[in-house]
Amino acid sequence: MSTMTKEEILHLGTLSRIALSPDEVDKFSTEIDAILEYVSTVKNIIADDASTEPIVGARYNILRADEVTNEPGEYTEKLLSAMPQRDGQYMLVKKILNQDE
Amino acid sequence: MTVSEIRKQYIAGTLSPITVVENSLRVIKEKDGEIHAFLDTYADEALALAKVAEQEYKNNGVNTPALLGIPVALKNNILVEGKRASAGSKMLENYIASYDATIVTRLKKAGAIIIGSTNMDEFAMGGSTENSAFGPTKNPHDLSRVPGGSSGGSAAAVAMGAVPVAIGTDTGGSVRQPASYCGVVGLKPTYGAVSRYGLVAMGSSLDQAGPLVNTVADAELIHNIMSGLDAHDATTIASDTYPAVTIKKFYTFGVPRDFLGVGVDADVLANFEAHIDSLKAAGHTVVDIELPLFEQGLAAYYIVMPAEASSNLARYDGMRYGLSVDGKNLLEVYEQSRATGFGAEVKRRILLGTYVLSSGYYDAYYGKAELVRHKMRAELEEIFKKVDIILTPTAPTAAFKFGAQGDPLSMYRQDIFTVPVNLTGVPAISFPMGTVEQEGISLPVGVQYIGPHGGEARLFDIGKQVYDVSLNGDK
Repeated sequence: MSTMTKEEILHLGTLSRIALSPDEVDKFSTEIDAILEYVSTVKNIIADDASTEPIVGARYNILRADEVTNEPGEYTEKLLSAMPQRDGQYMLVKKILNQDE
Repeated sequence: MTVSEIRKQYIAGTLSPITVVENSLRVIKEKDGEIHAFLDTYADEALALAKVAEQEYKNNGVNTPALLGIPVALKNNILVEGKRASAGSKMLENYIASYDATIVTRLKKAGAIIIGSTNMDEFAMGGSTENSAFGPTKNPHDLSRVPGGSSGGSAAAVAMGAVPVAIGTDTGGSVRQPASYCGVVGLKPTYGAVSRYGLVAMGSSLDQAGPLVNTVADAELIHNIMSGLDAHDATTIASDTYPAVTIKKFYTFGVPRDFLGVGVDADVLANFEAHIDSLKAAGHTVVDIELPLFEQGLAAYYIVMPAEASSNLARYDGMRYGLSVDGKNLLEVYEQSRATGFGAEVKRRILLGTYVLSSGYYDAYYGKAELVRHKMRAELEEIFKKVDIILTPTAPTAAFKFGAQGDPLSMYRQDIFTVPVNLTGVPAISFPMGTVEQEGISLPVGVQYIGPHGGEARLFDIGKQVYDVSLNGDK
Protein backbone atom coordinates (compact mmCIF):
# COMPACT_ATOMS: atom_id res chain seq x y z
CA MET A 1 0.00 0.00 0.00
CA SER A 2 1.82 3.05 -1.20
CA THR A 3 -0.22 6.19 -0.84
CA MET A 4 2.29 8.90 0.04
CA THR A 5 3.53 10.50 -3.18
CA LYS A 6 6.62 12.67 -3.45
CA GLU A 7 4.36 15.61 -4.30
CA GLU A 8 2.49 15.07 -1.06
CA ILE A 9 5.72 15.02 0.95
CA LEU A 10 6.80 18.25 -0.74
CA HIS A 11 3.42 19.76 0.09
CA LEU A 12 3.80 18.74 3.75
CA GLY A 13 7.24 20.36 3.66
CA THR A 14 5.65 23.58 2.41
CA LEU A 15 2.91 23.45 5.04
CA SER A 16 5.44 22.89 7.81
CA ARG A 17 7.95 25.41 6.37
CA ILE A 18 10.80 22.95 5.89
CA ALA A 19 12.81 22.96 2.64
CA LEU A 20 13.35 19.30 1.71
CA SER A 21 16.15 17.95 -0.47
CA PRO A 22 15.29 15.38 -3.20
CA ASP A 23 16.97 12.68 -1.06
CA GLU A 24 14.84 13.59 1.94
CA VAL A 25 11.68 13.50 -0.17
CA ASP A 26 12.55 9.96 -1.33
CA LYS A 27 13.40 8.74 2.15
CA PHE A 28 10.44 10.34 3.93
CA SER A 29 7.85 9.19 1.39
CA THR A 30 8.81 5.55 2.02
CA GLU A 31 9.19 5.89 5.79
CA ILE A 32 6.07 7.95 6.41
CA ASP A 33 4.08 5.55 4.27
CA ALA A 34 5.16 2.65 6.50
CA ILE A 35 4.38 4.59 9.67
CA LEU A 36 0.95 5.63 8.39
CA GLU A 37 0.14 2.05 7.49
CA TYR A 38 1.05 0.98 11.02
CA VAL A 39 -0.90 3.73 12.82
CA SER A 40 -3.95 3.19 10.60
CA THR A 41 -5.05 0.36 12.92
CA VAL A 42 -6.71 3.06 15.03
CA LYS A 43 -9.25 3.51 12.27
CA ASN A 44 -10.79 0.17 13.28
CA ILE A 45 -11.88 1.53 16.63
CA ILE A 46 -15.62 1.97 16.65
CA ALA A 47 -17.16 4.72 18.70
CA ASP A 48 -19.72 3.47 21.18
CA ASP A 49 -22.01 5.48 23.43
CA ALA A 50 -19.57 5.70 26.31
CA SER A 51 -16.72 6.99 24.22
CA THR A 52 -18.69 9.90 22.80
CA GLU A 53 -19.32 11.31 26.25
CA PRO A 54 -17.23 14.37 27.02
CA ILE A 55 -14.19 13.76 29.18
CA VAL A 56 -14.82 15.19 32.62
CA GLY A 57 -12.82 15.15 35.78
CA ALA A 58 -9.42 16.63 36.32
CA ARG A 59 -9.37 18.82 33.23
CA TYR A 60 -10.81 22.31 33.36
CA ASN A 61 -9.63 25.79 32.53
CA ILE A 62 -7.58 27.64 35.07
CA LEU A 63 -7.33 31.37 34.55
CA ARG A 64 -5.32 33.92 36.45
CA ALA A 65 -6.34 37.50 37.13
CA ASP A 66 -5.76 39.73 34.11
CA GLU A 67 -3.14 41.98 35.67
CA VAL A 68 0.45 42.97 35.03
CA THR A 69 2.79 40.88 37.15
CA ASN A 70 6.15 42.34 36.15
CA GLU A 71 7.88 45.69 35.96
CA PRO A 72 7.88 47.37 32.51
CA GLY A 73 10.99 46.26 30.62
CA GLU A 74 11.93 43.71 33.28
CA TYR A 75 12.49 40.92 30.75
CA THR A 76 12.87 42.96 27.56
CA GLU A 77 16.64 42.88 27.17
CA LYS A 78 16.88 39.21 28.14
CA LEU A 79 14.41 38.22 25.43
CA LEU A 80 15.72 40.62 22.79
CA SER A 81 19.26 39.36 23.30
CA ALA A 82 18.18 35.91 22.03
CA MET A 83 17.00 37.33 18.70
CA PRO A 84 19.09 36.50 15.66
CA GLN A 85 18.60 39.99 14.20
CA ARG A 86 17.55 43.10 16.02
CA ASP A 87 17.65 46.86 15.78
CA GLY A 88 17.48 48.40 19.22
CA GLN A 89 14.20 47.26 20.70
CA TYR A 90 12.94 45.92 17.37
CA MET A 91 13.20 42.46 15.85
CA LEU A 92 14.36 42.62 12.24
CA VAL A 93 12.46 40.49 9.73
CA LYS A 94 12.35 40.32 5.93
CA LYS A 95 9.97 42.50 3.99
CA ILE A 96 6.71 40.62 3.33
CA LEU A 97 5.08 43.10 0.95
CA ASN A 98 6.92 43.57 -2.33
CA GLN A 99 5.90 46.59 -4.40
CA ASP A 100 7.16 45.00 -7.63
CA GLU A 101 4.66 42.17 -7.42
CA MET B 1 25.88 6.64 46.83
CA THR B 2 22.25 7.55 47.31
CA VAL B 3 21.03 11.04 48.10
CA SER B 4 19.96 10.05 51.60
CA GLU B 5 23.38 8.49 52.34
CA ILE B 6 25.19 11.61 51.14
CA ARG B 7 22.85 13.86 53.08
CA LYS B 8 23.34 11.85 56.27
CA GLN B 9 27.11 12.18 55.97
CA TYR B 10 26.88 15.90 55.21
CA ILE B 11 24.89 16.40 58.42
CA ALA B 12 27.26 14.21 60.43
CA GLY B 13 30.19 16.18 59.03
CA THR B 14 31.93 13.05 57.69
CA LEU B 15 31.62 14.18 54.08
CA SER B 16 31.86 17.63 52.52
CA PRO B 17 29.81 18.92 49.56
CA ILE B 18 33.15 20.09 48.12
CA THR B 19 34.44 16.50 48.08
CA VAL B 20 31.26 15.22 46.45
CA VAL B 21 31.19 17.93 43.78
CA GLU B 22 34.91 17.48 43.09
CA ASN B 23 34.33 13.75 42.79
CA SER B 24 31.47 14.31 40.31
CA LEU B 25 33.67 16.54 38.19
CA ARG B 26 36.52 14.01 38.35
CA VAL B 27 34.26 11.14 37.21
CA ILE B 28 32.99 13.28 34.34
CA LYS B 29 36.55 14.18 33.38
CA GLU B 30 37.71 10.55 33.49
CA LYS B 31 34.77 8.82 31.86
CA ASP B 32 32.75 11.28 29.85
CA GLY B 33 35.19 11.60 26.98
CA GLU B 34 34.04 8.12 26.05
CA ILE B 35 30.47 7.99 27.38
CA HIS B 36 29.39 11.54 26.41
CA ALA B 37 26.54 11.80 28.88
CA PHE B 38 27.12 15.53 29.36
CA LEU B 39 26.77 18.45 26.98
CA ASP B 40 27.90 21.17 29.39
CA THR B 41 29.31 21.25 32.90
CA TYR B 42 29.27 24.19 35.28
CA ALA B 43 32.38 23.37 37.34
CA ASP B 44 33.26 26.78 38.79
CA GLU B 45 29.72 27.61 39.87
CA ALA B 46 29.19 24.13 41.28
CA LEU B 47 32.37 24.34 43.36
CA ALA B 48 31.46 27.81 44.61
CA LEU B 49 28.02 26.55 45.67
CA ALA B 50 29.62 23.51 47.33
CA LYS B 51 31.78 25.82 49.47
CA VAL B 52 28.69 27.74 50.59
CA ALA B 53 26.88 24.44 51.26
CA GLU B 54 29.74 23.15 53.40
CA GLN B 55 29.55 26.24 55.60
CA GLU B 56 25.75 25.95 55.78
CA TYR B 57 26.02 22.39 57.07
CA LYS B 58 28.49 23.54 59.73
CA ASN B 59 26.09 26.28 60.81
CA ASN B 60 22.69 24.63 60.51
CA GLY B 61 23.19 20.86 60.09
CA VAL B 62 19.91 19.00 59.90
CA ASN B 63 17.93 22.23 59.44
CA THR B 64 19.39 22.87 55.99
CA PRO B 65 17.22 22.28 52.87
CA ALA B 66 16.82 18.63 51.79
CA LEU B 67 19.10 18.68 48.74
CA LEU B 68 21.74 21.13 49.96
CA GLY B 69 25.05 20.28 48.30
CA ILE B 70 23.65 17.40 46.22
CA PRO B 71 24.95 17.48 42.62
CA VAL B 72 22.18 17.17 40.03
CA ALA B 73 22.39 16.88 36.24
CA LEU B 74 19.57 18.12 34.00
CA LYS B 75 18.50 16.92 30.57
CA ASN B 76 19.27 19.74 28.18
CA ASN B 77 15.61 20.46 27.39
CA ILE B 78 15.16 21.90 30.89
CA LEU B 79 15.70 25.66 31.11
CA VAL B 80 18.25 27.07 33.54
CA GLU B 81 18.61 30.84 33.39
CA GLY B 82 21.84 31.89 31.72
CA LYS B 83 22.69 28.36 30.58
CA ARG B 84 22.53 26.80 27.15
CA ALA B 85 19.32 24.82 26.51
CA SER B 86 20.04 23.03 23.23
CA ALA B 87 17.43 20.24 23.42
CA GLY B 88 20.04 18.20 21.55
CA SER B 89 19.39 20.24 18.40
CA LYS B 90 21.37 22.47 16.05
CA MET B 91 18.28 24.67 16.15
CA LEU B 92 19.00 25.66 19.77
CA GLU B 93 22.76 25.04 19.78
CA ASN B 94 23.48 28.60 20.94
CA TYR B 95 20.23 29.32 22.76
CA ILE B 96 20.73 30.66 26.28
CA ALA B 97 17.69 30.23 28.52
CA SER B 98 16.18 33.46 29.80
CA TYR B 99 14.47 31.95 32.86
CA ASP B 100 14.47 28.93 35.19
CA ALA B 101 12.01 26.09 34.68
CA THR B 102 9.74 25.65 37.71
CA ILE B 103 11.42 22.34 38.55
CA VAL B 104 14.80 24.10 38.44
CA THR B 105 13.54 26.84 40.78
CA ARG B 106 12.36 24.11 43.17
CA LEU B 107 15.57 22.07 42.98
CA LYS B 108 17.67 25.20 43.55
CA LYS B 109 15.48 26.22 46.49
CA ALA B 110 16.04 22.76 47.98
CA GLY B 111 19.79 23.42 47.76
CA ALA B 112 20.65 21.19 44.78
CA ILE B 113 23.83 22.04 42.88
CA ILE B 114 23.26 21.89 39.14
CA ILE B 115 26.48 20.45 37.85
CA GLY B 116 25.74 20.12 34.15
CA SER B 117 23.36 19.39 31.32
CA THR B 118 22.94 15.95 29.74
CA ASN B 119 22.74 14.69 26.18
CA MET B 120 19.45 13.63 24.59
CA ASP B 121 17.75 12.71 21.35
CA GLU B 122 16.98 15.89 19.45
CA PHE B 123 13.88 17.55 20.96
CA ALA B 124 13.43 14.32 22.99
CA MET B 125 12.51 12.39 19.84
CA GLY B 126 14.10 8.98 19.94
CA GLY B 127 14.96 6.05 22.16
CA SER B 128 18.75 5.81 21.90
CA THR B 129 20.33 9.33 21.91
CA GLU B 130 21.47 8.48 18.37
CA ASN B 131 19.35 11.46 17.26
CA SER B 132 21.36 14.00 19.26
CA ALA B 133 22.86 16.64 16.98
CA PHE B 134 25.98 16.47 19.18
CA GLY B 135 26.73 12.76 18.88
CA PRO B 136 25.31 9.81 20.82
CA THR B 137 25.79 8.86 24.48
CA LYS B 138 27.20 5.39 25.17
CA ASN B 139 25.83 2.91 27.67
CA PRO B 140 28.19 2.74 30.68
CA HIS B 141 27.59 -1.04 30.92
CA ASP B 142 28.72 -1.67 27.34
CA LEU B 143 30.11 1.12 25.20
CA SER B 144 28.96 -0.58 21.99
CA ARG B 145 25.35 -0.18 23.08
CA VAL B 146 22.92 2.73 23.39
CA PRO B 147 21.91 4.08 26.82
CA GLY B 148 18.29 4.34 25.67
CA GLY B 149 16.55 7.62 25.21
CA SER B 150 15.55 10.20 24.89
CA SER B 151 16.91 10.93 28.41
CA GLY B 152 19.93 8.72 27.68
CA GLY B 153 22.48 11.26 28.93
CA SER B 154 20.70 11.58 32.28
CA ALA B 155 20.48 7.79 32.73
CA ALA B 156 24.14 7.30 31.78
CA ALA B 157 25.23 10.15 34.09
CA VAL B 158 23.73 8.31 37.07
CA ALA B 159 24.86 4.85 35.91
CA MET B 160 28.48 6.00 35.43
CA GLY B 161 28.51 7.39 38.97
CA ALA B 162 28.88 11.03 38.00
CA VAL B 163 25.80 12.22 39.89
CA PRO B 164 23.33 10.67 42.36
CA VAL B 165 20.42 12.44 40.60
CA ALA B 166 19.66 13.40 37.02
CA ILE B 167 16.37 14.77 35.72
CA GLY B 168 14.82 13.58 32.48
CA THR B 169 11.58 14.11 30.62
CA ASP B 170 9.19 11.36 29.53
CA THR B 171 6.73 11.75 26.65
CA GLY B 172 6.45 8.08 25.66
CA GLY B 173 9.01 6.33 27.86
CA SER B 174 12.01 8.67 27.71
CA VAL B 175 12.81 8.37 31.42
CA ARG B 176 11.79 4.73 32.00
CA GLN B 177 13.37 3.08 28.96
CA PRO B 178 16.88 4.57 29.51
CA ALA B 179 16.50 3.74 33.22
CA SER B 180 15.91 0.12 32.16
CA TYR B 181 18.88 0.07 29.75
CA CYS B 182 21.27 1.71 32.22
CA GLY B 183 20.19 -0.12 35.37
CA VAL B 184 18.82 2.83 37.34
CA VAL B 185 15.44 3.90 38.74
CA GLY B 186 13.24 6.19 36.61
CA LEU B 187 9.85 7.76 37.34
CA LYS B 188 7.16 9.10 34.96
CA PRO B 189 4.77 10.98 37.26
CA THR B 190 1.00 11.38 36.85
CA TYR B 191 0.29 13.88 34.07
CA GLY B 192 0.10 17.28 35.77
CA ALA B 193 1.99 16.23 38.90
CA VAL B 194 5.09 18.13 37.78
CA SER B 195 5.05 21.56 36.13
CA ARG B 196 6.09 21.68 32.48
CA TYR B 197 6.93 25.40 32.70
CA GLY B 198 10.42 25.85 31.28
CA LEU B 199 10.66 22.47 29.56
CA VAL B 200 11.18 22.45 25.79
CA ALA B 201 7.77 21.18 24.69
CA MET B 202 7.29 18.06 22.57
CA GLY B 203 3.86 16.47 23.15
CA SER B 204 2.18 18.80 25.61
CA SER B 205 -0.57 16.38 26.66
CA LEU B 206 2.06 13.67 27.32
CA ASP B 207 5.24 15.35 28.63
CA GLN B 208 6.29 14.97 32.26
CA ALA B 209 9.64 15.43 34.01
CA GLY B 210 10.94 12.79 36.39
CA PRO B 211 14.07 11.72 38.27
CA LEU B 212 16.69 9.13 37.28
CA VAL B 213 18.30 7.91 40.49
CA ASN B 214 19.78 4.88 42.26
CA THR B 215 16.90 3.99 44.61
CA VAL B 216 13.12 4.29 44.78
CA ALA B 217 13.51 6.30 48.00
CA ASP B 218 15.58 8.87 46.10
CA ALA B 219 12.94 8.99 43.33
CA GLU B 220 10.34 9.74 46.00
CA LEU B 221 12.47 12.46 47.58
CA ILE B 222 13.18 14.23 44.28
CA HIS B 223 9.62 13.85 42.96
CA ASN B 224 8.15 15.35 46.11
CA ILE B 225 10.41 18.38 45.74
CA MET B 226 9.65 18.92 42.02
CA SER B 227 5.90 18.23 42.03
CA GLY B 228 2.91 20.35 42.98
CA LEU B 229 0.67 23.12 41.68
CA ASP B 230 2.33 25.83 39.61
CA ALA B 231 0.65 29.04 38.50
CA HIS B 232 2.81 28.91 35.34
CA ASP B 233 1.34 25.59 34.20
CA ALA B 234 -2.45 25.35 34.29
CA THR B 235 -2.33 21.57 33.80
CA THR B 236 -0.63 20.99 37.17
CA ILE B 237 -2.75 19.09 39.68
CA ALA B 238 -3.26 19.51 43.42
CA SER B 239 -2.60 16.74 45.92
CA ASP B 240 -6.34 16.11 46.17
CA THR B 241 -7.18 16.18 42.44
CA TYR B 242 -7.28 12.39 42.42
CA PRO B 243 -8.51 10.21 45.30
CA ALA B 244 -5.71 9.20 47.69
CA VAL B 245 -4.34 5.73 47.00
CA THR B 246 -4.29 3.08 49.67
CA ILE B 247 -0.98 1.80 51.01
CA LYS B 248 -1.18 -1.90 51.85
CA LYS B 249 0.97 -4.64 53.26
CA PHE B 250 0.20 -6.94 50.32
CA TYR B 251 -0.73 -5.73 46.85
CA THR B 252 -2.57 -7.24 43.92
CA PHE B 253 -0.58 -7.02 40.69
CA GLY B 254 -2.12 -7.36 37.24
CA VAL B 255 -0.10 -8.81 34.35
CA PRO B 256 -1.47 -8.13 30.85
CA ARG B 257 -0.51 -11.56 29.46
CA ASP B 258 -1.70 -11.05 25.87
CA PHE B 259 0.19 -7.78 25.69
CA LEU B 260 3.45 -9.59 26.51
CA GLY B 261 3.18 -11.60 23.32
CA VAL B 262 4.32 -8.64 21.22
CA GLY B 263 7.93 -9.57 20.77
CA VAL B 264 9.55 -9.48 24.19
CA ASP B 265 13.03 -11.07 24.17
CA ALA B 266 13.08 -14.50 25.85
CA ASP B 267 15.77 -13.46 28.36
CA VAL B 268 13.81 -10.33 29.35
CA LEU B 269 10.66 -12.43 29.76
CA ALA B 270 12.57 -14.94 31.95
CA ASN B 271 13.60 -12.08 34.26
CA PHE B 272 10.01 -10.85 34.30
CA GLU B 273 8.64 -14.29 35.27
CA ALA B 274 11.26 -14.55 38.02
CA HIS B 275 10.17 -11.12 39.27
CA ILE B 276 6.54 -12.28 39.40
CA ASP B 277 7.61 -15.36 41.37
CA SER B 278 9.48 -13.20 43.88
CA LEU B 279 6.39 -11.01 44.37
CA LYS B 280 4.26 -14.09 45.01
CA ALA B 281 6.87 -15.47 47.41
CA ALA B 282 6.71 -12.16 49.32
CA GLY B 283 2.97 -12.65 49.81
CA HIS B 284 1.59 -10.44 47.04
CA THR B 285 -1.12 -11.61 44.65
CA VAL B 286 -0.41 -11.65 40.90
CA VAL B 287 -3.32 -12.09 38.48
CA ASP B 288 -3.64 -12.06 34.70
CA ILE B 289 -5.53 -9.10 33.24
CA GLU B 290 -6.67 -8.10 29.79
CA LEU B 291 -5.91 -4.68 28.34
CA PRO B 292 -6.87 -5.16 24.68
CA LEU B 293 -6.73 -1.45 23.87
CA PHE B 294 -3.21 -1.07 25.22
CA GLU B 295 -1.99 -2.90 22.15
CA GLN B 296 -3.47 -0.04 20.11
CA GLY B 297 -1.54 2.41 22.27
CA LEU B 298 1.57 2.58 20.13
CA ALA B 299 -0.43 3.34 16.98
CA ALA B 300 -2.44 6.05 18.76
CA TYR B 301 0.76 7.47 20.26
CA TYR B 302 2.47 7.85 16.90
CA ILE B 303 -0.48 9.98 15.78
CA VAL B 304 -1.02 12.11 18.90
CA MET B 305 2.66 12.79 19.62
CA PRO B 306 3.71 13.92 16.09
CA ALA B 307 0.53 16.03 15.90
CA GLU B 308 1.43 17.84 19.10
CA ALA B 309 5.13 18.00 18.27
CA SER B 310 4.52 19.50 14.83
CA SER B 311 2.40 22.20 16.47
CA ASN B 312 4.89 22.85 19.27
CA LEU B 313 7.89 23.00 16.97
CA ALA B 314 6.22 25.57 14.70
CA ARG B 315 7.73 28.15 17.06
CA TYR B 316 11.24 27.56 15.69
CA ASP B 317 11.04 29.99 12.82
CA GLY B 318 14.45 31.66 12.90
CA MET B 319 12.94 34.92 14.14
CA ARG B 320 12.87 35.30 17.91
CA TYR B 321 15.55 32.85 19.01
CA GLY B 322 17.47 29.85 17.80
CA LEU B 323 19.12 29.22 14.48
CA SER B 324 18.39 31.64 11.65
CA VAL B 325 19.52 31.04 8.07
CA ASP B 326 19.28 34.00 5.72
CA GLY B 327 17.13 33.79 2.59
CA LYS B 328 15.85 36.05 -0.15
CA ASN B 329 12.47 36.47 1.53
CA LEU B 330 10.69 35.66 4.79
CA LEU B 331 9.42 32.29 3.58
CA GLU B 332 12.91 31.22 2.60
CA VAL B 333 14.26 32.24 6.02
CA TYR B 334 11.64 29.97 7.63
CA GLU B 335 12.21 27.07 5.26
CA GLN B 336 16.00 27.21 5.33
CA SER B 337 16.27 27.77 9.09
CA ARG B 338 14.08 24.74 9.75
CA ALA B 339 15.78 22.65 7.06
CA THR B 340 19.21 23.36 8.58
CA GLY B 341 18.23 23.37 12.27
CA PHE B 342 16.22 20.14 12.47
CA GLY B 343 17.56 16.59 12.11
CA ALA B 344 15.92 13.73 10.22
CA GLU B 345 13.76 12.31 13.04
CA VAL B 346 12.40 15.74 13.95
CA LYS B 347 11.54 16.48 10.32
CA ARG B 348 9.91 13.06 9.97
CA ARG B 349 7.66 13.68 12.96
CA ILE B 350 6.79 17.23 11.91
CA LEU B 351 5.76 16.01 8.44
CA LEU B 352 3.79 13.12 9.94
CA GLY B 353 2.10 15.42 12.45
CA THR B 354 1.26 17.92 9.73
CA TYR B 355 -0.28 15.12 7.68
CA VAL B 356 -2.50 13.69 10.45
CA LEU B 357 -3.73 17.17 11.35
CA SER B 358 -4.39 18.30 7.80
CA SER B 359 -7.87 18.90 6.49
CA GLY B 360 -9.54 15.67 5.35
CA TYR B 361 -7.33 13.40 7.48
CA TYR B 362 -7.88 14.90 10.92
CA ASP B 363 -10.92 12.78 11.83
CA ALA B 364 -9.46 9.57 10.41
CA TYR B 365 -6.20 9.88 12.37
CA TYR B 366 -6.12 12.40 15.19
CA GLY B 367 -9.82 12.05 16.01
CA LYS B 368 -9.57 8.26 16.11
CA ALA B 369 -6.34 8.33 18.13
CA GLU B 370 -7.95 10.58 20.75
CA LEU B 371 -10.87 8.15 20.85
CA VAL B 372 -8.51 5.22 21.46
CA ARG B 373 -6.92 7.24 24.20
CA HIS B 374 -10.26 7.97 25.80
CA LYS B 375 -11.25 4.30 25.70
CA MET B 376 -7.86 3.27 27.10
CA ARG B 377 -8.49 5.50 30.11
CA ALA B 378 -11.88 3.84 30.65
CA GLU B 379 -10.30 0.40 30.30
CA LEU B 380 -7.64 1.31 32.84
CA GLU B 381 -10.17 2.68 35.31
CA GLU B 382 -11.97 -0.68 35.31
CA ILE B 383 -8.73 -2.61 35.76
CA PHE B 384 -7.67 -0.49 38.74
CA LYS B 385 -10.88 -1.54 40.51
CA LYS B 386 -9.46 -5.07 40.51
CA VAL B 387 -5.70 -4.62 40.84
CA ASP B 388 -3.42 -2.16 42.66
CA ILE B 389 -0.52 -2.14 40.22
CA ILE B 390 -0.03 -3.19 36.60
CA LEU B 391 3.22 -4.99 35.84
CA THR B 392 5.11 -5.10 32.53
CA PRO B 393 8.74 -5.24 31.45
CA THR B 394 9.84 -1.63 30.87
CA ALA B 395 11.12 -2.42 27.37
CA PRO B 396 10.94 -5.57 25.21
CA THR B 397 14.75 -5.87 25.02
CA ALA B 398 17.93 -4.94 26.87
CA ALA B 399 20.06 -2.09 25.49
CA PHE B 400 20.68 -2.63 21.79
CA LYS B 401 23.76 -1.87 19.71
CA PHE B 402 24.27 1.42 17.91
CA GLY B 403 22.52 1.37 14.55
CA ALA B 404 20.60 -1.83 15.40
CA GLN B 405 17.15 -0.28 14.97
CA GLY B 406 17.50 0.49 11.29
CA ASP B 407 14.06 1.83 10.41
CA PRO B 408 11.93 4.25 12.43
CA LEU B 409 9.15 1.72 13.13
CA SER B 410 11.43 -0.83 14.80
CA MET B 411 12.77 1.94 17.03
CA TYR B 412 9.21 3.03 17.86
CA ARG B 413 8.32 -0.55 18.92
CA GLN B 414 10.74 -0.24 21.86
CA ASP B 415 8.10 2.06 23.41
CA ILE B 416 5.27 -0.51 23.30
CA PHE B 417 4.95 -0.85 27.11
CA THR B 418 5.69 2.75 28.04
CA VAL B 419 3.48 4.84 25.71
CA PRO B 420 0.09 3.66 27.09
CA VAL B 421 1.14 5.20 30.40
CA ASN B 422 1.64 8.65 28.83
CA LEU B 423 -1.53 8.37 26.74
CA THR B 424 -3.62 7.68 29.85
CA GLY B 425 -1.69 10.04 32.16
CA VAL B 426 -1.05 7.54 34.96
CA PRO B 427 2.27 7.29 36.86
CA ALA B 428 4.82 4.51 36.35
CA ILE B 429 8.23 3.66 37.74
CA SER B 430 10.97 1.51 36.25
CA PHE B 431 13.66 -0.17 38.33
CA PRO B 432 16.11 -3.00 37.61
CA MET B 433 14.61 -6.52 37.85
CA GLY B 434 17.75 -8.40 36.81
CA THR B 435 20.29 -8.78 34.06
CA VAL B 436 20.63 -10.59 30.77
CA GLU B 437 23.88 -11.93 29.33
CA GLN B 438 24.75 -10.78 25.83
CA GLU B 439 28.16 -11.43 24.31
CA GLY B 440 29.56 -12.11 27.76
CA ILE B 441 28.37 -8.80 29.21
CA SER B 442 25.69 -8.43 31.86
CA LEU B 443 23.07 -5.91 30.77
CA PRO B 444 20.42 -4.59 33.17
CA VAL B 445 16.72 -4.86 32.38
CA GLY B 446 13.92 -3.01 34.12
CA VAL B 447 10.42 -3.80 35.32
CA GLN B 448 7.62 -1.24 35.06
CA TYR B 449 5.06 -0.73 37.84
CA ILE B 450 2.04 1.28 36.67
CA GLY B 451 -0.26 2.90 39.26
CA PRO B 452 -3.61 4.69 39.08
CA HIS B 453 -3.79 8.49 38.60
CA GLY B 454 -2.12 10.21 41.55
CA GLY B 455 -0.78 6.84 42.73
CA GLU B 456 2.91 7.73 43.10
CA ALA B 457 2.83 7.06 46.85
CA ARG B 458 1.86 3.44 46.20
CA LEU B 459 4.61 3.00 43.60
CA PHE B 460 7.18 4.38 46.05
CA ASP B 461 5.89 2.18 48.87
CA ILE B 462 6.07 -1.09 46.96
CA GLY B 463 9.21 -0.05 45.05
CA LYS B 464 11.11 0.55 48.28
CA GLN B 465 9.97 -2.85 49.61
CA VAL B 466 10.91 -4.72 46.47
CA TYR B 467 13.94 -2.89 45.05
CA ASP B 468 15.60 -0.76 47.76
CA VAL B 469 15.49 -3.63 50.26
CA SER B 470 17.16 -5.94 47.72
CA LEU B 471 20.01 -3.42 47.39
CA ASN B 472 20.59 -3.39 51.15
CA GLY B 473 20.72 -7.18 51.06
CA ASP B 474 23.64 -7.03 48.64
CA LYS B 475 25.87 -5.08 50.99
